[in-house]
Amino acid sequence: MTDPVLSVRNLSVEIPTRAGILKPVDGVSYDIAKGEILGVVGESGAGKSMAGNAIIGLLTRPAHISGGEVWLNGNRIDTLEPEMLRRMRGKEIGMVFQDPLTSLNPLLPIGDQLTETILEHLPVTKAEAEARALKGLEEVGIPAAAQRMGSYPHEFSGGMRQRVVIALALCAEPSLIIADEPTTALDVSVQAQIVALLKKLCREKGTAVMLVTHDMGVIAEASDRVAVMYAGRLAELGPVRDVLTHPMHPYTHGLMGSTPLASKGLARLNQIPGSMPRLGALPDGCAFNPRCPKADAKCRANPAPVMNERASCWHPMIPGQTS
Amino acid sequence: MNALARALNSDIGYSFRKTPVAMVSAVVVTILILSAVLAPLVAPYNPFDPATLNLMNGFSKPMEPNAFTGDVFWLGTDDQGRDVFSTILYGMRVSLFVGFAAVLFALTLGVTLGLLAGYIGGWTETLIMRAADVQLTFPSILVAMLIFGIAKGFTPVDMRDQMAIWVLIIAIGLSDWVQFARVVRGATLVEKNKEYVQAARLIGRRPGAIMIRHILPNVLSPVLVIATISLALAIIAEATLSFLGVGAPPTQPSLGTLIRIGQGFLFSGEWWILLFPAVTLLALALSVNLLGDWLRDALNPKLR
Amino acid sequence: MLAYVIQRVVQSFIVLLIVGLVAFSMFKFVGDPIDNMLGQERTDADIERLRGVLGLDQPFPVQYYKFLTNAAKGNLGVSYRQGRPVAEIIAQRAPATLELAAVSGFLAMVFGIGLGVFTAIRRDGWAANTIMTVSLIGVSLPTFLIGILLIYLFSVELGWLPSFGRGETVMIGGWSTGFLTASGLKALILPSITLGLYQMTLIMRLVRSEMLEVLRADYIRFARARGLRERSVNFRHALKNTMVPVITVTGLQLGSIIAFAIITETVFQWPGIGLLFINAIQFVDIPVMAAYLMIISVMFVGINLLVDLLYVAIDPRLRTDRAGAH
Repeated sequence: MTDPVLSVRNLSVEIPTRAGILKPVDGVSYDIAKGEILGVVGESGAGKSMAGNAIIGLLTRPAHISGGEVWLNGNRIDTLEPEMLRRMRGKEIGMVFQDPLTSLNPLLPIGDQLTETILEHLPVTKAEAEARALKGLEEVGIPAAAQRMGSYPHEFSGGMRQRVVIALALCAEPSLIIADEPTTALDVSVQAQIVALLKKLCREKGTAVMLVTHDMGVIAEASDRVAVMYAGRLAELGPVRDVLTHPMHPYTHGLMGSTPLASKGLARLNQIPGSMPRLGALPDGCAFNPRCPKADAKCRANPAPVMNERASCWHPMIPGQTS
Repeated sequence: MNALARALNSDIGYSFRKTPVAMVSAVVVTILILSAVLAPLVAPYNPFDPATLNLMNGFSKPMEPNAFTGDVFWLGTDDQGRDVFSTILYGMRVSLFVGFAAVLFALTLGVTLGLLAGYIGGWTETLIMRAADVQLTFPSILVAMLIFGIAKGFTPVDMRDQMAIWVLIIAIGLSDWVQFARVVRGATLVEKNKEYVQAARLIGRRPGAIMIRHILPNVLSPVLVIATISLALAIIAEATLSFLGVGAPPTQPSLGTLIRIGQGFLFSGEWWILLFPAVTLLALALSVNLLGDWLRDALNPKLR
Repeated sequence: MLAYVIQRVVQSFIVLLIVGLVAFSMFKFVGDPIDNMLGQERTDADIERLRGVLGLDQPFPVQYYKFLTNAAKGNLGVSYRQGRPVAEIIAQRAPATLELAAVSGFLAMVFGIGLGVFTAIRRDGWAANTIMTVSLIGVSLPTFLIGILLIYLFSVELGWLPSFGRGETVMIGGWSTGFLTASGLKALILPSITLGLYQMTLIMRLVRSEMLEVLRADYIRFARARGLRERSVNFRHALKNTMVPVITVTGLQLGSIIAFAIITETVFQWPGIGLLFINAIQFVDIPVMAAYLMIISVMFVGINLLVDLLYVAIDPRLRTDRAGAH
């Protein structure tokens, strides 16, 4: 295996609050290789977006990285000065946000927003930047791109705006894209197009992608590997096919069961009892134990192991065994 | 005691304990209101009882015995020998009374009109909100002055001084209802379409009952914030009008009137006649304002 | 967009008609103009003649129409108190108020926007916190107290600046200006600070809160995520979006400066139309009150209209067809 583009080691994020310190991300590790799409999935509040923001250095105070390391193309980036981090954002790591309606500055034509980003990161003239911007818009499939350079965001539909956002994320040719719920705010009919577009562009350019979503369908559609997060921790990490068909963590198993698409092959549709605990009220031991069908005294006394084969669980489900 | 303990432990109570500015303001406001309400008991003199006045005591300096009578006045006396401390206490009574009454008037009017506009909609709404828009085009102090002037025109000449306080309340209240109406209308529009209100309608609750029982409770916290800030504004508005000579009459002076009187002695060196009422007004307006500011932040954490 | 402009113009016109109605009603119902204009020894014939002259025997809409056309021609009636045409009195006093308001408005806008942006960007710095605390005192401090304080410091104690009046003025055409003499400029300093300070504080606090709101917006996070420089994020992206709401309120504030001039003019005995208005209220001089109301309304409505049009120029979302946007 070649060196990964992104390597996250034991990353933790803390938020000090009145009630004590919250850990929305707690000891998370994963790698993403060149051209690979890693799906990060979990319920809202599981820490998936927070991890993405931590990697790109956009945590808003009082949240901050409290431990671990982030490496990008062999360089450690979590300890960079703010100015170096700023230069890296957009250049090395592109980001796509959830809501294309609010991601674009309403008062600037989209062409200007593209060229300013290119000029900021690449040593090109204004004319070259504009040519690149135009090419970027064409790549993401904006029809009549040359005429739309001067258009304002409100003149595009939601799907088209998300295409513009993707063009913006890719315009300085970063080696990693963090896409934070890129399809959630879109119409169902447009979601598949955007996922396909993201997948296609990243394959062509060899860009690594961290695709954060709560939608198992999107994961199944786009990603190569999947990381399942629960209460700030990694529950399971593995190739998407294996995880979807043979989940080893009871939580992933339950998650599959409660997702209509993935449950087709299963005998019955499971529901996970209860709901994810609030960060301020995590149970002792493994965070999943109160909801877990396999939990025993060990699970209640000890935090989940770092990784058992694929899953972070004392009692991983081995394929072939029934739960 | 139990309720107080619970209040102090709530989020608001926590924010209150963590905000020294809010605590100090609350203490200042409480002291000022109490001493104004209890003025007849607290004030050493009744400055408006001619029997107790001695012209010889005129222009006594603060804390110094008067040259003729040897009487000592904490904050000195004015040209007519009235104790400045006592006139401030009585003046604050007028200021606070006008302030509270005007806000109460504006609140009642604004909340009612806002509820009606939001709940009934149609022409009622258009009429009310257009009127609000037109009035909002003009600064409220100007509206208050104008209403004061017109009302003065209607009042018989010999009644003008007696009616001045009430005219003042109406003028300030009328100039300040728009804020309440806008917020209440907005909230009403949101609540109106919620299921529980629809359900209340279906089972045949009367509109009035729905508005009061279901919608009103939802707008209480923004209304409370606006009311607090309005109180500070109303106190300042009253002081300003009285200072300009179109407010409380000299027979019933408010803090603004006292400052107007005191300004006349600015150049002749009797600074205390001006300074103490001005400081009192400032303390009152500032602490109510700070309380309002804190309340807005505490009830609306996303505005921080 | 044209429809939008027309709509705004029509709305402004309606506001003016309503204000005109208020002013007219003041004439008609507050006090009896006959009482006010004729002395004690009047005859019934005098009253009848004056009713005819004033048109009081005609139906209400006709009287209102005449009142409006007269007002438009600059015929605003005669002051009860001074016995001179109101238009003449106002024309003589307007330059004082307009010069004062212009200087104050300029100060308020420049310092208000500058400090607002500063306190938003450096929101946790000690300088920004100090400015915010002081500004809260500024909002709570009634304008007249600021004026008195300044007079006390700079006139009574230091003796540097005059405490009342406009100083020497120069007549240019029908306009008396204080800009051209040293004493005129000196006289302008304290009143314009007094008048501008409150507006400046308001503008500053508004710019700050709008800017903080905008800085939380997704497109600002996205601009940061694209690695744009802080300067570009703050000024190119945030400030421009802040300006849309700020322009509206700033415009309205500039309008209110003319109204708030009433207070400053009283404190400094500044011979403008504000002082005239206060005296008119004290003596229930209805024609002057009504004329002041109408003149200031025309100014306000004009400024509002201008602000709305400026709004269109800044925000592209308003430039395209509004019917399509909603």
